[in-house]
Parts: sequence; structure tokens; C-alpha cells
Amino acid sequence: MSCFRLENVSYRYDKATVLQGVDLRLEPGEILGLFGHNGAGKTTTIKLILGLMQPVGGSLSVLDGSAGDSQVTRHIGYLPENVMFYPQLTGREILAHFARLKGADLRQVPELLTQVGLDDAMDARVKTYSKGMRQRLGLAQALLGKPKLLMLDEPTVGLDPVATADLYRLLRTLRDSGTGIVLCSHVLPGVEPYIDRAAILTDGALKASGNLEALRRQANMPVTLMLEPTGSLDSLENAIRQCNGVTRPVMKNINNRLQVDVRPADKMPLLTALMASGEVADVGIHQPTLEDIYVHFIGYGGLAHRGGVQ
Amino acid sequence: MNSVWTIARKELSDSLRNRWLLAIAIVFAVLAVGIAWFGAAASGQVGYASTPATIASLASLGIFLIPLIALLLAYDAIVGEDEGGTLLLLMTYPLSRGQLLFGKFLGHGLTLAFATILGFGVAGIAIAVLVEDVGITSLALAMLRFIGSTILLGWGFIALAYVVSVRASEKPVAAGLALAIWFFFVLVFDLLLLGSLVASEGKLNPELLPWLLMLNPTDIYRLLNILAFGEGRQLSGVLSLGNDLPIGQSGLWLGLVLWCVAPLTLAWALFRKRRI
Repeated sequence: MSCFRLENVSYRYDKATVLQGVDLRLEPGEILGLFGHNGAGKTTTIKLILGLMQPVGGSLSVLDGSAGDSQVTRHIGYLPENVMFYPQLTGREILAHFARLKGADLRQVPELLTQVGLDDAMDARVKTYSKGMRQRLGLAQALLGKPKLLMLDEPTVGLDPVATADLYRLLRTLRDSGTGIVLCSHVLPGVEPYIDRAAILTDGALKASGNLEALRRQANMPVTLMLEPTGSLDSLENAIRQCNGVTRPVMKNINNRLQVDVRPADKMPLLTALMASGEVADVGIHQPTLEDIYVHFIGYGGLAHRGGVQ
Repeated sequence: MNSVWTIARKELSDSLRNRWLLAIAIVFAVLAVGIAWFGAAASGQVGYASTPATIASLASLGIFLIPLIALLLAYDAIVGEDEGGTLLLLMTYPLSRGQLLFGKFLGHGLTLAFATILGFGVAGIAIAVLVEDVGITSLALAMLRFIGSTILLGWGFIALAYVVSVRASEKPVAAGLALAIWFFFVLVFDLLLLGSLVASEGKLNPELLPWLLMLNPTDIYRLLNILAFGEGRQLSGVLSLGNDLPIGQSGLWLGLVLWCVAPLTLAWALFRKRRI
């Protein structure tokens, strides 16, 4: 059973194309990071999976059923971006209301509130809550009824670092117990260690998807080596230039260390040769981060020409 | 059905919490008792006039107040959830749009029904106990008819408020449109009807004319509460057309029920098209 399966899915909003031929899958026990600039189609993708809208093209199945079917939505947890609740009700009342709607056990209500750290505030009205507390309540809401598919849109907004770490730990536990999780976030360094796969959307099309290794290979971005010379910087530079079969890399002197940007395929030959030359005292290797990969696929100048409405 | 009741239950407990239910009941009770006590003021004395006169006065005031209260209670039902950000969340739950709308209707409808029964019921009992030689049976019957039709009229306007609420994109717009609905049915409709009667100089089909009253739930409501006392002596203005309506009381009741069902169905159809 797949958590969801999008095949060649398209969606149009007033003739403007929002999604174009998106293929995306999520299996149980997997955390998928869904990334993209504002208006890239992340929220639309999630709304399609939730069954709030119908795709105009392609096919879509969710938990082996059709999106929006009440037997399917019962097993989906969703935390929207900027989650809001009824300000006059207490956290406990709100969670009980949503638990009843979902057909979840009401005993879960205090348990979940404690789990997200709202045990002291569960009987206070939501209008007294801070943004972070509202976010925690939203999270508790998404976890009602032990969902098989959990979709979180910017879950860490307003959370302090400790709460953020708690959240990721919780997501890992859920994943290990077989929940499929979609994580939309702009805090790329934060989510990088926790996602199994990433999907990058731009202008409604899926630019890349796969695990980090596959994305790195696909992007073919240079690996950065920080080399500390044994002797002088110049002799180290010479040693690099003399390497056979290595495209001449870009080198930069930073505080008496040499920063070398090398193609992934050249990395090992270069390192082997340098080790043999004895010119290197210490090596630091920086793989392209999720953020680097993201920028690579999205393209630069994001702020200038993007700015779609979510 | 369970989720319909969950929504209704929240609406009901909201109106208990913010004292809406209590406030409406008190307004109704004060109104009814006041009219009963000062009903004979026009003839120069303080006291209970008669049951038909009291009910007629109550109905005349009711057509102003009840639509207004119903519209105020319900105009933000959907647009308020949307602006508050909870509509999106609700729609990701195993809950259809029809279930949400019907749950709201049940909650708002029960709020209005309880307030009406409580407010006018208390007033009716007070009249029965305090006024000497009032016909209990006729009073009880008139009060039951009045309360029943008031509830139906209120439900009709709750449904009309939903039509506005599912279409509007902002709360102030919905409030404005709700007031326009009130203005049209309570003030403008009868004037229009009267005006077209005069302007047509009798060329309109006289058999068709009384049916035009069925186009306004507040007219049906007044007819129902006044015609029930037999001769249409007290009918004035366009309501005198009601004497020629070839449908009995049951027809009028049916008219009020239709005025609940039709707008609610329309609201549901429009809500299904709303983009979330």
C-alpha cells in the first residue's frame, strides 16, 4: 500500500497552470521533504492529496483509495501553514471537537496535549496562546487517530529550538512505526538530517526527486575540499595542478587554507594523489547541502522573479 | 450523522457560552410580556387586550426582530470559519460540505428554537397565570402556533443567511448582504407589491395576486398568525390579499417549510462550488 501515488497530475486555476505532469509517490515509513519557492505548487499538491480539489489531468490514489473519500481522510493527519483555531475555546475543547469529527478515541486528547507540551495550557483559551503554542495544538490535531499519512506544512514555524528537535524526534518515531510523512519547509538545514527523500517543485513542475545522494549525483555540483598545507600554499597548489586526469579545479586561498571546488567524479583521484604527495596536513570535505542542491534546481534570483500567491 | 451532530453541538455550546441563547430568550420574553400588559394602551387603559390582538401585535413585531436575529446568528457560519482559518482544516476531516452546513443549521436552528420556546413560553405561562379570565385553551393554541411559526420563520432566515455566507469571501460583505436581505423582505417587499398593485390599475390577474404573498416568508408568517383567528378583520395593507388565498392554514405552514428547505438547498449547492 502506498501512502499516495500521483501520476502525471496537472491542475489549473482560472486557466493558469499550477501543476504540470507531477509524478510523486510516498511509501509507508518514509519522510518526504517537499520543497519549492512560494507559489511553486506545494500547497496545491497537498490539497489535491487531501481531496480538497480535483486534478484536471492525471491520476491520483491515496492510501489505496480516492482522495477526499471519508474512509481515506480518516487516516490522514494534516497541519496547515499558519494553523488557526476557535479563539474562544480551550485547547482541550478544540482537540476534543476535532477528535469527535475524526472518530478518534477521546482519551487521546489529554495524551496528545501532553505529548506536544501543552499540559499546563490545555484549559486556557486559545486566544491566549502564543504562535508556538498554536502550532503545537495544530500538531496534536494532526496526530489524532494515529494517521497513516501525515502532512505537515511548515511545522516548525514559531517553535523554539528544543521544541523543534522534539518534533523531529517524534516524526522519526512515527516514521519507524510505519507512518508516511510529508514535510514542507523552507528551513532546509533543519529538515535535511530527517528526510529520506526530497522533491523539489518549481513553477508547478517536479524538478527533481530522490534521496539526497541521488539528488547530489543529478545536480553534479562540485564538492568543496578545505586543505591545510604541510608546507607552503604554493607547493600544495602545484601538487594539485600536477594531478593527472583531474579537470583543473577552482582554488581559493582562505586564511592560509586552500579551498578547492572539485567535480564529484574527480574527488577521489585528487585526494589519493594528494595523500601520496604528502603536501596535505588536514582535509575537510563539504558535500553540497540540501540548500545548495535546492538553489541549484530552483535557480538563482529567486526573490526577483518569483512571488506567486500560495 | 455523528459528524453533523458534532458540528451542531459545537454551535449550540457556543451560543450558550456567548449568552446568545439567553439574550434572545430574554428579548422575546420581555417583548411578549410587554405587549401583553400594554396591549390595551391604544384604548386608553393598561391591561391585557385579547389573545388575538396580543398575538397580532407580537407577530407584527416578530417580523422585524426574528429575521434580524436569525441573520445575525448565522451570517458568518461559513465565511467566518473561512476567515478564521478553520474551514480548510474542517474540510480535511471526514466531513462533507453538506454535513458541515447541515450541522451548522441544526446548531443554529436549535439555538433559535430553544430561545423562542423559552422566551415566549415563559411569557405565555405568565399571561395564563396572571391575567384573569383568559381562555387557556385558545391562548395555548395561539401561543403554540405563534412559537411554531416563529421557529420556522427563523430557520428560513438562517438558511437565507447561509446562502450569503457560502458566497461571500469576507465577513463584512456577508453582514451587508444579510442586512440587505432583511431590508428587502421586511421593508421593501410589501411596498413593491403595493406599488405594483396600484400601478397596474387592476390589470394584473386577481387570482395570481394573493400568491405573490407566498414569495415573502414574513407575509406568510403574519397571515398564519392573524388569519387563524377567523375573519381577516385586522388585515391591513397588502395582507388583505391573504383573504383570497385559496390555501388553508396547512398551505401556509407548507409555505414556511419550503422557505427553509429551498434556501438551505441553494446554500448547499453554492457551498459545493466554493473554493477552499
